[in-house]
Amino acid sequence: MTQSLNRLKESASQTAGPYVHIGLTPNFAEIPGVYPEDLGFSMVNDKTRGERVTIKVRVIDGADTTLKDALVEIWQADADGLYNSPSEMRGAADPNFQGWGRKATDMSTGECIFETIKPGRVPFRDGRPQAPHITFWIVARGINLGLQTRMYFGDEEKANAEDPILQRIEHKVRVPTLIAPRQDNAYTFDIRLQGDKETIFFDI
Amino acid sequence: MSNNSPETGSFFARDREWHPPAFTPWYKTSVLRSPQKALISLDNTISEITGPVFGHNMLGALDDDLIHNFAKPGESAIGERTIVYGRVLDERGRGVPGALLEFWQANAGGRYRHKKEGYMAPLDPNFGGCGRTITDENGAYAFRTIKPGPYPWPNGPNDWRPSHIHFSIFGHGFAQRLITQMYFEGDPLIWKCPIVRTIPDKSAIEQLVATLDMEATIPMDARAYKFDIVLRGRRSTMFENRREGN
Repeated sequence: MTQSLNRLKESASQTAGPYVHIGLTPNFAEIPGVYPEDLGFSMVNDKTRGERVTIKVRVIDGADTTLKDALVEIWQADADGLYNSPSEMRGAADPNFQGWGRKATDMSTGECIFETIKPGRVPFRDGRPQAPHITFWIVARGINLGLQTRMYFGDEEKANAEDPILQRIEHKVRVPTLIAPRQDNAYTFDIRLQGDKETIFFDI
Repeated sequence: MSNNSPETGSFFARDREWHPPAFTPWYKTSVLRSPQKALISLDNTISEITGPVFGHNMLGALDDDLIHNFAKPGESAIGERTIVYGRVLDERGRGVPGALLEFWQANAGGRYRHKKEGYMAPLDPNFGGCGRTITDENGAYAFRTIKPGPYPWPNGPNDWRPSHIHFSIFGHGFAQRLITQMYFEGDPLIWKCPIVRTIPDKSAIEQLVATLDMEATIPMDARAYKFDIVLRGRRSTMFENRREGN
């Protein structure tokens, strides 16, 4: 026998199920009056610093069908590359930008739209700058454990080429699954759960 | 070290043999929604060790009272009056203060208030089915609700969900983000449920079963169930190769 580490086990995940909207976006689910606004619905205000961008997200299954019951959360740095979090030790982030957003995919089109700002660059563990990116977390009926991925910006070719995480991906042919093309001020990010173009998901 | 001090250590690796795998064909919806390629493993960066913070001041007075937060004035939801309480801990056994918990559930008849829901059991006009709270400085939380009913669902020809409450939990880092479900002690449907059985380890399932706590019940009012939740732990040290100023 040896000493015990006295660690606990993480609670096992269970699917968010088809009615995740009731809990996480009740106003979207037509349950009004419990909360004044769905949490994470608005990310920017008039004072938020940075370039306004729109991010259009779809989650697509293995039969090329867009999920109409998914829930997507995003987490990102402010325009200067600072996170609005107590664990951010490099400085104070923009007080007008929490950096977190939550949207349910539309029940008829399957799309969800985030109005946000383009994040600044944040450092990798060794200090090299990462390319601007947004961290994604996707849950839905049929997804047993929330999926973690990242979105990079299609118009940041130079930064993307030197990004320490993108560089580390062995199958370069898969890297474009993480890069959202830009048209005007909008980026389109299709998250494919299966198939030849399956999005890269991370174990982080 | 106070548990209220911000921490910057990376999170312990997730034990993916403890969690349900993505592909669980007996839960049919997972078949087309499960990634088939290997996940790419990454050390945490600052993008994952940080996460949003929610203050107690965002909470409304009835957010933690599902019996009343959708009810007409003077009325209340129908069902078995129940208190759910517990702590949010991390894998080191430390309480997680300031953790936002959001929960949702069916009504006492097993019916959800959702436009895509077609079960014949009636809606309760006084029950919405959502609530939220934030843990205190010790990681403790509590809320009041009615016990949700079991219900049939389209999967196998005759599958029923056990009574359950869905939980969404934020810790201190976005990498801790978790959704799970709480079940009720003694429910025979737990072990028949295809969604429960996506979890491979029996003790991992038992960890999701809340225990009746007679000492915490309020006599002549509500029974109490204890449900602790464990989030990923994190290393207590700073990044070893962290540069000054980063």
